[in-house]
Amino acid sequence: MSTVDTISEETVNMPPVNLSPMDRVRLARDPQRPGTLDYIAELFSNFVELHGDRTFGDDGALIGGLATFRNRSVLVLGHQGGSNTRENLARNFGMPRPEGFRKARRLMCHAEKFRLPIIAFIDTSGADPGIGSEERGQGTAIAECLLQMVGLRVPIICVVIGEGGSGGALAISLGDRLLMLENAVYAVASPEACAAILWKDSSFASEAAETMRVTAADLQRFGIIDELIAEPVPAHEAPRETIGAVGQRIAAHLETLLDTFDISDPESVEALLRERYDKFRAIGAWHEG
Amino acid sequence: MRTFFQRHSKFRPRSSDEATGDSAIPEDMWVKCPKCGELIYSKELDHNDRVCPKCGHHFRLNARERIALLADEGSFVEWDAGIQPEDPLEFVDPKGAYAEKLASTQEKTGETESLISGLGRIEDRPVVIAVAEFAFMGASMGSVWGEKLARAIERAAHDGLPVLTVNASGGARMHEGLFSLMQMAKTVAAFDRLGRARLPHFSVLIDPCYGGVTASYATVADVILAEPGALIGFAGQRVIEQVTKQKLPPDFQTAEFLLDHGMIDLIVERALLRSTLATLIDHHAPAPVSFRPEDNGYDAAGAVELVDAGSGSAGDTSPEHVRHTAS
Repeated sequence: MSTVDTISEETVNMPPVNLSPMDRVRLARDPQRPGTLDYIAELFSNFVELHGDRTFGDDGALIGGLATFRNRSVLVLGHQGGSNTRENLARNFGMPRPEGFRKARRLMCHAEKFRLPIIAFIDTSGADPGIGSEERGQGTAIAECLLQMVGLRVPIICVVIGEGGSGGALAISLGDRLLMLENAVYAVASPEACAAILWKDSSFASEAAETMRVTAADLQRFGIIDELIAEPVPAHEAPRETIGAVGQRIAAHLETLLDTFDISDPESVEALLRERYDKFRAIGAWHEG
Repeated sequence: MRTFFQRHSKFRPRSSDEATGDSAIPEDMWVKCPKCGELIYSKELDHNDRVCPKCGHHFRLNARERIALLADEGSFVEWDAGIQPEDPLEFVDPKGAYAEKLASTQEKTGETESLISGLGRIEDRPVVIAVAEFAFMGASMGSVWGEKLARAIERAAHDGLPVLTVNASGGARMHEGLFSLMQMAKTVAAFDRLGRARLPHFSVLIDPCYGGVTASYATVADVILAEPGALIGFAGQRVIEQVTKQKLPPDFQTAEFLLDHGMIDLIVERALLRSTLATLIDHHAPAPVSFRPEDNGYDAAGAVELVDAGSGSAGDTSPEHVRHTAS
C-alpha cells in the first residue's frame, strides 16, 4: 500500500489549478478526451470484445471483453461514447440502455466463473432515458448490475475517466477500488438537470456544478473515491501520458488486491467481500441523537 | 373491508381546518377523485382505505398511514428515529441552504427524514418494515435513508426476519450529491447479505417510484408488488419527453405497464395487500407451512427460535436489541 499512499499524498499537495467545477465538467465531456477504447488499445493486449446481453440486443454504449493486462487475463468493462455524430448515434452518446447493463452483468458472471479480475472504466452522462429503455426495465437492469457486482467473488477496480453520470455510472462502479482522474467528474445528476429542477433553468449549470461537489478533489475529501489520479495536462492534450498514469495506478491497486486476497481461496474471497461491504456501508453523512 | 383510519385514529390525516385552526365548514368533507371525477365523502374514502369506491383509484397514503394499513394495530416499533440528516456539501440553491430546507421540512411533516423503519407484525408475523414518506422532499433517498435501511436489513439478517419495503421516491437527494447516489450501493449491499442468509425481501412499489430507488434495491427484491395505477420508472416522464421528443404511450410507466413488460410480480389492490404479504411471508418462512397444524399461526418452533431476538412485543424497545448491530 505504501506506493498508493505516497502518490495520493503528492496529489493532494499539488498546487491548486484554477479550474471551476464546470470547467472540469467541460473537460470531462470533451469529445477528444480518451475513452474506454483508447485505454483498452493503450493498456491491454489480446482484447476480445464480447457482445450482447443474450436476451434482446447489444449495446455499443457499454462495452466489455477479455484482455491481457500486465500478463494477466482480465475482464474490461466501460462506457463508450463517440467522438463524432456518426459514432455517437451508433453508441447512443455513451448512454447505456438496459441491454448494456445486462451485458455487463453477464460478463461479470463470466469473470467470476473464470476468476478474472475486473477493470471498469466509467465515462457516461447517464443511463438512456428513452421509452424503449423504460419498457425493458432500465431501473431493474441497473439494480441487477449493482447486486451482482457488490457480491462478485473477484477483485474489481473502477476508474472514472470522464463523466460519471448518476445511476448509469454507478452500475459498473461498485468495486474494491474507485479511482478518478483529476478532471473527471462524478455526480448524482448532471449539473444541467440539477439546475433545471432547483433553479428552474438549466443555464445555471455552473452554479449547480459548484454546489453539487462533483470534482475528484471533493470526492476524495469525502472519502468516496479511493484515489485521485493527477492530470496535470487535460487528458485530451496528453492522452498517452494520462492513460499511462491510469494504467500504473490500476496495476498498483490490482497487485495489492491480488497480494492480499487469494481468488481461489473461498475464505480469502469472503474477506474481500467483507472489505467491499464495509467500504459502501460506511458512506453517508448523518448524525444520531 | 378494513377501516384502518377508524382503528388508528391518530394516523387519520388532518383536515385542513384542523391544520389551520379554522372552524368553518371543512372543505375536505368531499374529495374529488382525480381519475373519475367522482365526489366522494371523505369519511367514506377513509373507510375504503382511501381507494375511490367508484373507479378504484388508489389515493396516496403517507408513511404513517401506510404502516397503520399494513401492520397489526400497535405492533410497529420505530427504529433509528434519531438519525438526523447533515449537509456535507453545504448545498445552496436559489431557495436557500439545504440545512434550512431540512429544518422547515421536518417542521412541516413532523418527520425527521423520508424513510421510516422499524419492526412490526403482519397478521401476527414479525417483519422488518421500511416505508418511504413522499411528503418529505419527495421521498428522495439520502444518507439517512441509506443508514436506516442498512441497519434495518442487518437486524433482520441477524434475527432471521423478512424485510418489507414500501417504496415511493422522486429519486436521489440532489442536495447530498454523491453521498445520495452511494446509498444505492449501500442498500443493495445490505440486501445482498440478507439474500445470502436466505431471508426474503418483499418490495411494494407505490405511487410514484422513480430514480435511484427504482434503480436499486426496490427492483431486485425477491417479490415485487405494486399498487394499481402507481407510476414507476427510472427516468421521469418530462425528461423522457424532452429528450426523445416522442409522445408517451397512454399507460406508460404505470404498474399495469410494468406487469405487462414482465418487470413486477403482481399488482395488488390495497385492500388485499396485508393478506397477500402475510401469505408471501409464510411461503418464505423457514419451516414448511404444510407441516403446521394451524393455518395462520407463525409459531413453528424453528421460526420462533430464529426470530426470538427481534420479535418482542410492541413495547420491546430494549437498548440491547436496538443497538446490537449498530456500528
